[in-house]
Amino acid sequence: MSEAKKFMFVNRKAPYGTIYALESLEVVLITAAFDQDVSLAFLDDGVYQLKKGQQTKGIETKNFSPAYRALEDYDVEKLYVEKEAMDARGLTEEDFLVNVTVLSRAEMGKLMDEQDVVLSF
Amino acid sequence: MLHIINQSPLTSGTLDSCLNTATGGDILLIEDAVYAATRGNAAEAKLRAAMGRFKIHVLMPDLEARGLGDRLAEGVAPVEYGGFVDLVSNNKTCQSWL
Repeated sequence: MSEAKKFMFVNRKAPYGTIYALESLEVVLITAAFDQDVSLAFLDDGVYQLKKGQQTKGIETKNFSPAYRALEDYDVEKLYVEKEAMDARGLTEEDFLVNVTVLSRAEMGKLMDEQDVVLSF
Repeated sequence: MLHIINQSPLTSGTLDSCLNTATGGDILLIEDAVYAATRGNAAEAKLRAAMGRFKIHVLMPDLEARGLGDRLAEGVAPVEYGGFVDLVSNNKTCQSWL
C-alpha cells in the first residue's frame, strides 16, 4: 500500500444554514475509510459546527452533530479549532462536543502548509 | 417595517447593511443570523446599539438547532414560528436582506 497522505478538511461554515458542514463530514468519513492521515480544521463560523446541545427538532432537519463524536472510531482524532474564531463568537473549549486542539491563526496557517491535500468547505 | 436577516453577522455584511440603511421598526433574525443575538458574539454590541431604533426578534427554533437556545442576548425578543407570522402580518412591508 502506498504511504498515507496528509488530508486537511477546512470547515468555515455554520451548520444548517448551508449544506457545507454536512457534506464535509460525509467526505471526511469516506477519506478516513482509505486510511489517510486526516485533520479537521474549524475556522470562522465553522467552529459553530462543534457546539454542544444542538436540538434540531424545531427546524425539522437532521441533527448531524453526534457524528463528530463518532470520528474517533474512524481514527480521525486531529480536530483543530481557530482560537480567534472561537473568541469572536463567545465560545470556549467547554462548548464543544468533542475534544479539540485550539490553535492560533498563525499556527493554523502553518499546519495548512504541511498538508498534501486540502479540501475546503 | 419588518427587516429579516438570515446570514451570519461574522461572514456576511447583511446585518450591517440593514442597520446602516433601515431607519427603524422590527428586525427578525433567522437561520445563521441568529448567531448575532448570542452572548459573547462580536456582533452583540452592534445589536445592542441598534435597540433604540429597532425591536429585535430571534427565531428560537433556529437558535436551539445551533445549540445556543440558552445564550440569547439581553434585550432580544424570542419568537416561535407563530410569532414570525404575526411580525409579517403586523408590518405593512417586509425586506429580506438576502
